[in-house]
Amino acid sequence: MPCFTFYIFNRKGACQYYHEWQRLKPVRSGAGSQEEDFKLMFGLFWSMRALSSALDPKNPAKQQMGAPQRIGDGCSFNSFRTSAYKLHFLESPSGLKFVLTTDPSVGSLAEALQYIYASLFVELVAKNPLYTPGEPFLFEPFSAALNKYMRTLGLLS
Amino acid sequence: METINAEIFTLTYGSMVRQLIADYEDVEEVNKQLDKMGYSIGQRLIDEFLAKSKTQRCADFRDAAEKIAKVGFRMFLNVTAAVTGWNAEGTECSLILEDNPLADFVELPEQLAGLKYSNLLCGVIRGALEMVNMEVECTFVRDVLQGDDANEMRLKLLSSSTETYPFKDE
Repeated sequence: MPCFTFYIFNRKGACQYYHEWQRLKPVRSGAGSQEEDFKLMFGLFWSMRALSSALDPKNPAKQQMGAPQRIGDGCSFNSFRTSAYKLHFLESPSGLKFVLTTDPSVGSLAEALQYIYASLFVELVAKNPLYTPGEPFLFEPFSAALNKYMRTLGLLS
Repeated sequence: METINAEIFTLTYGSMVRQLIADYEDVEEVNKQLDKMGYSIGQRLIDEFLAKSKTQRCADFRDAAEKIAKVGFRMFLNVTAAVTGWNAEGTECSLILEDNPLADFVELPEQLAGLKYSNLLCGVIRGALEMVNMEVECTFVRDVLQGDDANEMRLKLLSSSTETYPFKDE
């Protein structure tokens, strides 16, 4: 079962959706609390993006470290891999951030995250009248479809 | 993409506007409500637009206006708009709609002369752009239903904000 956790953050840094399939090391012995965990995760990709666009050797309009960025400014990263897990990341121009952690052996999931955004999030969340944009949500059809999709990707048995 | 019969859409919109007029009995208030409804639609619709058109970040407001006119209107209303009337700073422009599917079969009676029948569209644009950090003002300045020769929406960029780290450093 090589996928671990999944997060959706809104553009203000609040976690809107969290799901864990497998988390052998409980949050308590990691970040401390679930809330801290969300904050750390947000801080992680926030800094990753700031660093990667500050070091960008290609873009002439490169940002200075710490300069305020507009949504989607600079370059975004797609994934990083450690010896224990791999983190896949997708940010939409509207500032939604999708994070998926899997086993390090998994290949690129950029397409898969785009699919989750376009076909699952938009169809089952954004079009759900009970959803308030930017607020946390827990919709059974979305969770079910997500699980099903992870199974078709072979990430979930 | 999923489509529905254009006439059903037009007629549904028409009966909704009628209902609003019956409920509020004040044209100004109806305009305001239409804008508000559009705003909520726009906040949701932006993700559908971005996800399905795979649009990346727009370079500037000019680019954004083009995308709305050429891709956005095509995708949701199956029409395209022309972008004209830029001011020198590139912060104001007009969207000209040749064909407004919302207003097919519509005639406005005289006592409703102040009604901005398609004001919903302005709200949608405002709501959608806000989600990509562009605050705009959008108003109908010309409307075929009012006897003008074209449908024109005026877009004005108020501010485009930056992303800031939302948590305080401890």
